[in-house]
Formats: sequence, C-alpha cells, structure tokens
Amino acid sequence: MTDVASWVLNVTGLTKRYGLGCPRCAESTGPDHGSSQCPFCQTVHACVNAGFTLYQGEVLGIVGESGSGKSTLMQLINLTINPTAGEIWYREPTQDSTAMNLVTMDGFTRRHFRNDRLGIVHQRPELGLNMRFSVGGNVAEKLLLANWRHIGRIRERITELMIQTELPPERIDDDPNTFSGGMLQRVQIAKALSSNPGLLLLDEVTSGLDLSVQARVLDLIRRIQWEQKMTMLLVSHDLGVIKQLARRTIVMKNGFIVESGLTDQILEDPQHPYTQLLVSSAL
Amino acid sequence: MTEQHTNIYNFGFIDEDSKREVRRQLLKAVALPGHQVPFASRDLPIGRGWGTGGLQITMAIIAASDTLKVIDQGDDESVNAVNLRRLLTRTTGVSTTVDTQAATIIQTRHRIPEEQMREDQILVLQVPMVDPLRWVEPNLERATVMHGEADYGRMWVYMYESVIKAGDIRIATQYPVIVAGRYMMDTTPIPRWDVLRLHNADHLSLFGAGREKRVYAVPPYTTVEPLEFEDFRFKTEYAEGQRCHRCGATNTFLTGHFVKSPGTDEPGHWVTSCSDASYCDKQMVAQGWTEAQE
Ligand SMILES: Nc1ncnc2c1ncn2[C@@H]1O[C@H](COP(=O)(O)OP(=O)(O)O)[C@@H](O)[C@H]1O
Ligand SMILES: [Mg+2]
Ligand SMILES: [Zn+2]
Repeated sequence: MTDVASWVLNVTGLTKRYGLGCPRCAESTGPDHGSSQCPFCQTVHACVNAGFTLYQGEVLGIVGESGSGKSTLMQLINLTINPTAGEIWYREPTQDSTAMNLVTMDGFTRRHFRNDRLGIVHQRPELGLNMRFSVGGNVAEKLLLANWRHIGRIRERITELMIQTELPPERIDDDPNTFSGGMLQRVQIAKALSSNPGLLLLDEVTSGLDLSVQARVLDLIRRIQWEQKMTMLLVSHDLGVIKQLARRTIVMKNGFIVESGLTDQILEDPQHPYTQLLVSSAL
Repeated sequence: MTEQHTNIYNFGFIDEDSKREVRRQLLKAVALPGHQVPFASRDLPIGRGWGTGGLQITMAIIAASDTLKVIDQGDDESVNAVNLRRLLTRTTGVSTTVDTQAATIIQTRHRIPEEQMREDQILVLQVPMVDPLRWVEPNLERATVMHGEADYGRMWVYMYESVIKAGDIRIATQYPVIVAGRYMMDTTPIPRWDVLRLHNADHLSLFGAGREKRVYAVPPYTTVEPLEFEDFRFKTEYAEGQRCHRCGATNTFLTGHFVKSPGTDEPGHWVTSCSDASYCDKQMVAQGWTEAQE
C-alpha cells in the first residue's frame, strides 16, 4: 500500500459550498457547531477541505449521518457537480500511467472519462436508471456512449453482465418498473460495471432494502470486489455495512472529515466524540 | 415570374441590423456544423410555424441578383410556397424559378430537390422542431449541456429501444444524424430519402426554426451520418419496383395520390408520382411531352 504507483484516486482540499459565504461562516459551521449551514448567510458548506487517497483494489468506506456531505463528495468525484475548490487526481492502475486532474477537464472529456472510467450506483434507482427504457437498454447506455454499434454484441454483453450480477437474463427486455428494489440495484451495478471502470462509487446502495435483500446485494459487491480487484468508494450511514466491506473508513460530520483510518481501529478505539457516539450506537 | 419590388418595405422586409444579426448567427452555425445557434426570431406577417425561420434566413442572405425557388412538400405551386414566394418577391423584386438548376437560393419545407445541387447554390430549410434530444430530454437547458458534452448515450438507448421494441429502427421522419462526427442534428422536416443527400453535399444547407428561435447549418462537403447499428441499418423509404406514374422515374421520392376521372363511374385508384413536381415536369418535357399531363 505504500507503493506510490498503486494509488487510483487522490483528493486534496475538496470543497463544495452552496452559497457565496460570509466572514462569519468559518466560526459558525462545521462539527463543532452541529451544522453545515451558516446561520448568517445561509450558505451550506456541504463538503469542506476533504482529502484522502484510494489505492488500487481497495474499498474505502465513508460513514456519517444524513446531511454530513457524503453524497456531495460522491457527486464531486463522479464529476456531476463542480467543486468550489480542490483537486481530484485519478490514475489508471497500470505502472506507466500518468495522473490527471479531473477538476480541470473540459465538459466533453469529463463526460467521456466518467462514462469509461467511473461507475456509480445510487441509493434511489430512478437516479441511476431511466425507468422509461427497458432493463437491457439501461445496462447498454454506457456501451452505446462508448460507440458500441452492434445490437447483437451489445446484447451479448448485457446478458453477461446480468448473469454476473445474478439477474435473470431472460428479463433483458422487461420494464424496470416490474423489478424489485434489490433487482434494480443489481441493474444499476450491471450498468456501472459495463465499461470495466477503474473506480466504482456506491452511494447508500443497500439503504431502504429489506435486511435479507441487503445482505445479498452486499454479497454481490463483495464478490465483484474480490473477483475483479475493483477499487470502490462505499458510502453509508450504516456502520454495519461499512464494517463488512471497507478496510479503511472516513467519518464525516457537517461537511468535514472528522476521523479516518483502518475500519477495525475506528470501531475499536474511536477518537472523535461523534465517532464514539456512532460506534456505541451501532453496537 | 418577377413581381414588382415595392419600396414600402426595406429590401428583404426585415431591417439591415436584424439581417446582419441573423447572418452573424449563420456564420456561427457554419463554423460549428450541426450545432444549434439561438437567434432573435422576429415577428413576420405570417404565423410562426409557417416557415418564419427559413424565411428570415432567406431574407438575411438574399441579394437583388439572386434567383429564388420556393417549394413546399416538393411542390412550387402549393399554397404555402406561393405565399412565401409572393412575400419574398414583393419585398426584394428578385426573379424566381421552378428550375432547381437555375436557382441560387432554394427555400424548402419537407424536401431537398431531386436534382443534385451545386457549390454555388444555397438550400434554406424551414424547421418545425429543432432538437433531436427532445425525445429523451425535454428540458432545453439540460439538452444544451448534453450537446456540449456530446452526451448522446441516452439518445442511442432510444435507438436501441426502437430496434428491440419494433424489430427495426422505427423512425419515419425527423431522423437524427451526427454532423461532422460531432453534433447530433434533427433532419426535420425532410424524409429519410433525403437524409443521405445532405452527406458530403456540394451545397450549403441552412436550417431555421422561427418558433424555437434557432438556426443551424450543414456546410458543403460535411459528413452527415444517420444513427444506425451495424446489424440494423438506416433505411430510406425506397421500395422495390417503385415508379412515378407520370415521368416513369424509379429513383425519386414518391408521394401517393388518389385519382378519379370526373364525370365517370370508374372507381378511383392510387397512383404514385415524384414529390419534386418541377423535376417531374422537366423529365416529361425531356421525354417529348409538350405540356405536363396527368
Ligand atoms: N443542490 C444543493 N443546494 C443546496 N444545498 C445542498 C444541495 N445539495 C446538497 N445540499 C446540502 O448539503 C448538505 C450535504 O448533503 P449530502 O451530501 O446530500 O449529505 P448526505 O449524503 O451525507 O446525506 C446538506 O445540508 C444538504 O442539504
Ligand atoms: Mg446521501
Ligand atoms: Zn456565512
């Protein structure tokens, strides 16, 4: 892990603010004040000065209560929102590749980078899928944007991905509205994996599912991680989910990273009062 | 065919500043083939939706030395074509023609003339619907961002779905194309038959939408590729054995008409003839007919 060549993502000073800010923002927002919104100017400091490194094949957990900035951080890395400040460096996990700063990419390059190198799975399937298209059409979107132009070969690839994510391939042309919540998450995962991404972003993918369904989806994610050595960012408000998959964890509160380290250590010996609260309530 | 240019209006009806503004947007459109450029569409003495976008382009580029042809559904004599032509000749005094070869500017709705156009000619198309992405993204602002990023994945899913649901690509008109390998463009209002004739054409095509206030262009010698799959190709309306019942052409875009001889008890029947009426007449003259006949 100390090999400099093996990092995939390096984030520094990443900040997203909604609003213009005022001189009193700094002294009135953040974990010490229990809010990310400034009471004077209403600016929301959704993510402040986030920094971390993600290594090839690693699962990094991001845990925190609702509104702590987890999804904001994911959207920043998925390049769907622009940061107020900071840098996001990405590097292909091959020896001779050069790192690139995703923040300075133009819209066209960004769109195609995201399609090819990133995969994202959202909590709500409607965010990641188009419910007017068939299941197969949804899984095919990234392939089509990457210039796959042969329907027969596209369908072979969709079938392969459906089998891989334990979906019944004969339902390739079905309406996603007929799928259960757990199946829709699998469709999102199949779509995310279709381009063989270098980084998979998972934002509360099992929240809202029944416990037994949740366990099976987590099993699938674990298997993908194992089989493909997939690098993942796993966001959850549930420490139980993080514990099962992530070797290292970042704890967020009110837009700030308040603690980070090996998941086991955080669970055993939490440093920040918020983390202590989180751990004691999860046990 | 010349009508007297009256001096009540400025040449070409709209004022010089407005014309210059339209020309500026047209230059932008030519520089970015297939990219939709907003323009300040003006009110004209005909209703929007009746060709005001194309009309403003023609008014902005026309000169006294031009020879104008106006067609609607391929026909120079349709009511709409006659009205637009009258407005243009009254406000410019330019001469008009029905002969594709003789025209310098051809304003059209629905068709590209059958005779191949030359480098020194300009085709102006009246466009009712501008953005092909409206099928997958009704929000104009988001669609604009999608064009900016060449984010056409969803549109391709639409094409994929069309094949899956209907067994083939089922898009009759308004067929989407990629221009110069970059922008996705709607070929409204022309039939699929004409779509391929935009590809690497010798002439400049200018598209104008009055209601949606956009212009776009396909410069000469620019690639225009219809969306298709390697195993499900784009197809034109061509049917094996098709034939114009008047001039006998087998290589033109045909439209159907119901004919019935007046004053007889004969039941009527359907015939097909060239949609490009002046081309059809020209063929008949070449075959020795002295006057166009039914
Ligand atoms: N578009 C937006 N405009 C204003 N505030 C926003 C916007 N998106 C998120 N926020 C705010 O940013 C904070 C962090 O939100 P989010 O990243 O979604 O948290 P989490 O995913 O941890 O629940 C919240 O206070 C939220 O209300
Ligand atoms: Mg969230
Ligand atoms: Zn403030």
